[in-house]
Amino acid sequence: MTVDTLGRFERALEGLEVGFERVAAAEASERIETIVEHPAVGASLPFEGASLPDGVTTEPTTAEIEAARTGVTPVAFAIAEYGTVAVESTADGVEPISLYPDRHVAVVAESGVVPNLSAGFSRLADGFEAGRDSVVFATGRSATADMGDLVHGVHGPGNVDVIVLEDR
Amino acid sequence: MAQRTRTEQADRIRHLLETEGPAIHAHASASNARRKETYGGTDDLESLRTDARAIKEDAIDRLPDLIETVREAVEENGGTVYVADDAADANAYVADVVEGNGPADEAAEPSVVKSKSMTTEEIDLNDALEAEGIDVTETDLGEWVLQVADDTPSHIVGPAMHISRPEIADLFNERFDPDDPFETAEELTRFARDHLGEIITDADVGITGANFVVADSGTIALVTNEGNARKCAVTPDTHVAVAGIEKLIPTLSDLEPFVDIIAKSATGQPISQYVTMLSPPTDSPTLDFDAPDEPITAGGEGVADGTEAADGTGDADRDFHLVLLDNGRTDMREDDQLRETLYCIRCGACSNSCANFQSVGGHGFGGETYSGGIATGWEAGVHGQESAAEFNDLCTGCTNCVDACPVKIDIPWINTVVRDRVNRSAEAESYDFLVDGLTPDVEEGGMDLGKRFFGNIGTVAKTASATAPVSNWLADAGPVRAVLERTLGIDRRRDLPSFQRKSLVDWFEKRGGEAVSKKRAVGSSKRTAQADARDGGADVDREAVLYPDVYTNYVDVDRGKAAVRTLEALGVPVRVPDLPESGRAALSQGMIATADRQASRLYAALAEDLDAGRDVVVIEPSDLAAMHREYERLLPEDSYERLRDGSYEICEYVYGLLENGADPDALSTGDGSQPVAYHSHCQQRTLDLEAPTVAVLESCGYEPETSNAECCGMAGSFGYKQEYYELSMDVGERLAGQVEDAETVVASGTSCGDQLETLLERDVPHPVELLAPGGHRS
Repeated sequence: MTVDTLGRFERALEGLEVGFERVAAAEASERIETIVEHPAVGASLPFEGASLPDGVTTEPTTAEIEAARTGVTPVAFAIAEYGTVAVESTADGVEPISLYPDRHVAVVAESGVVPNLSAGFSRLADGFEAGRDSVVFATGRSATADMGDLVHGVHGPGNVDVIVLEDR
Repeated sequence: MAQRTRTEQADRIRHLLETEGPAIHAHASASNARRKETYGGTDDLESLRTDARAIKEDAIDRLPDLIETVREAVEENGGTVYVADDAADANAYVADVVEGNGPADEAAEPSVVKSKSMTTEEIDLNDALEAEGIDVTETDLGEWVLQVADDTPSHIVGPAMHISRPEIADLFNERFDPDDPFETAEELTRFARDHLGEIITDADVGITGANFVVADSGTIALVTNEGNARKCAVTPDTHVAVAGIEKLIPTLSDLEPFVDIIAKSATGQPISQYVTMLSPPTDSPTLDFDAPDEPITAGGEGVADGTEAADGTGDADRDFHLVLLDNGRTDMREDDQLRETLYCIRCGACSNSCANFQSVGGHGFGGETYSGGIATGWEAGVHGQESAAEFNDLCTGCTNCVDACPVKIDIPWINTVVRDRVNRSAEAESYDFLVDGLTPDVEEGGMDLGKRFFGNIGTVAKTASATAPVSNWLADAGPVRAVLERTLGIDRRRDLPSFQRKSLVDWFEKRGGEAVSKKRAVGSSKRTAQADARDGGADVDREAVLYPDVYTNYVDVDRGKAAVRTLEALGVPVRVPDLPESGRAALSQGMIATADRQASRLYAALAEDLDAGRDVVVIEPSDLAAMHREYERLLPEDSYERLRDGSYEICEYVYGLLENGADPDALSTGDGSQPVAYHSHCQQRTLDLEAPTVAVLESCGYEPETSNAECCGMAGSFGYKQEYYELSMDVGERLAGQVEDAETVVASGTSCGDQLETLLERDVPHPVELLAPGGHRS
């Protein structure tokens, strides 16, 4: 991945009014803590050296999901061109955790940021072959204009932040 | 019968113009503007469109195989596929699934949450489920507004586009009686989120549509901005997806161009907020909101505790049903003309780009379910021709949608074909004798008299010209206008074309024909050659056949004369033979057999000139469009290609001459900054022929500013028709508003010029009249 790709991703997210942070894995927990609004729920981060802050509840109950203001999840990869994150349906509930709370904090490895949709589809195809065949490309914040004006956060999150974990 | 229907239709259109028009226009035109901008900024747009179309062509071709492929894939994942023949079949199946997954308490009503799906609108699924005692809630905000209002969608993508925010606020305040009345979109949306959120968490079954279905992995793709499709699909443990069989595409990689283009064409966004690709049953744990204190990962029999679903991946509590709907689609696939409709990805770009749709919306420009340009094909295919007949005439064939469609469907052609079929299904009428003498067509009796009249306008014009000015006085007389309105539906408020006694062909002959033209052209060439000797320019060696279309020949003879003088001034000798009609008028009325015959006759009449290397120069853009587009369907391939390659629009041709060394000083030139408002012509724009006219005007010292309104609204005969007169004026006013401040306004099409002259109350010449030596009307 080139610096350009990351720059492009950052610009795309900026256009979508999505937060962007780039941190070392070891500092992830601390930085996430500054972003989340509590109560927060989450799914464990599968990235070496990175962990969720203590206050984020993993394996939440449905009541905790409903009450949560923030959901923190890993995402499989991200597409710089559009500022898209790929949210997988996993058994530990990444899908509902990323969908129900008003704020979604998506954590992606720097090596997981691919330049464009084509590269994203290559990653998607790899995942499908490995049996991970339910994925959401989420770009920006939930939006609707059905009530006469553009409003964010109707059914999905109204605030999104992306944290990119620097490769060592 | 015709009379009453026409008046009723006029009333209905007037009502829609007043009530729904403003909201529809605001939204649809904004989406269209964003689409244009996004298309313009997409480097690989054409290859995306080409890829998308190729995938659809292939998929529809292999459809029966793909159905078997997806059945295997979904079953392997642990789900079920049901192919439903028709609406009743699909509805009964879905009702069974819902009842089988209802609440444990059998007395309680099963509840369903839905994400917007036009396919379930097509089969009236909600009514069918409610009749079975099932509670159904739409969760797409627009669709939910309609459910609360007991209304129907008026747009494929923005179903409630026709309702304004204050109207929604009034509706919700009355229905839900909040402590503080709703006012802003924000307040309305928050309320909807909370209200629908509870319903979703309580629901027994989630029903979605599917934008695409990937056959070999059993993946359904849902494209949304709100996120409700995700919630409906993954929150309840039973998910039913209802999709037409045409939504199948072979593999995951085939999905890529569609994911890339669908939001661009629909709303002008680079990509939608959520492109959900689910291969259900998914690994996501089911959410049991009735057991709020159970961790989600422990509640189900899911992967977390080691008991897995059939394919070893999904949560065992999850149940998935894919209902593939036929409902006429297999027959559409067999129908050479309607098959293309199945390539549609339902983005609504054809609606947004359509001037008439922008004025009346889908309640005027639509059938039982589908609306906009492509709706004719859908309605004819799934609900029958009668449903399509109701609104088919609202397509004026302007071809704006051809450039908008992400899968390059020839929507105007589908509309022409359906119009032709509707014509043929009509009963013979007692008034047929009225137009019989004027209609040397090959159509059967019984079709709308006005259509037959306009479809044979060449013969009408010839007769009227031969009897001018008497025919003009007669046509303007009150009693005659009343008869024309009653029998042919020609609105009496509309000025009729004034036929010239001396046609362009007569004028040219009298002037000395080809021999004199040659002399004049040679004279110009000599002058140019002298100039060339000074500045080293090139010489032009061409001969042109100027096509005397009906209007140029009999009505707007001046623009024909201007074209002749312009070509001669640039050193090109001209012929103006008496040539057959192009078939454009017949095509507009859906008279394909007549158009076919006329195309063959015109080709035969031009074959020798084409063989001799003469250029066919056409003034009327719609005639050129017939030769360059529709003739592909009417002539043998070689003939079509030869005529297409040998024919040019007049200003395009002038542009070519100037580029090849002809001297613009031979023409009437401006002072370098003379402003001109220019309205191209819709079909001319689709053929990319606006730019040459602009370039010619610029190189002749004018400063042209082009209009970006979709259409003039006149569209050949459309604006003359009683039931469409007001709509035509509504569309026209948008254009007139753009150009009214300009001192000089020029337009390429006859209809555009007529409409603008009516609205602006002044002369609106063809650009070539501005350019001709001696200038406009000299």
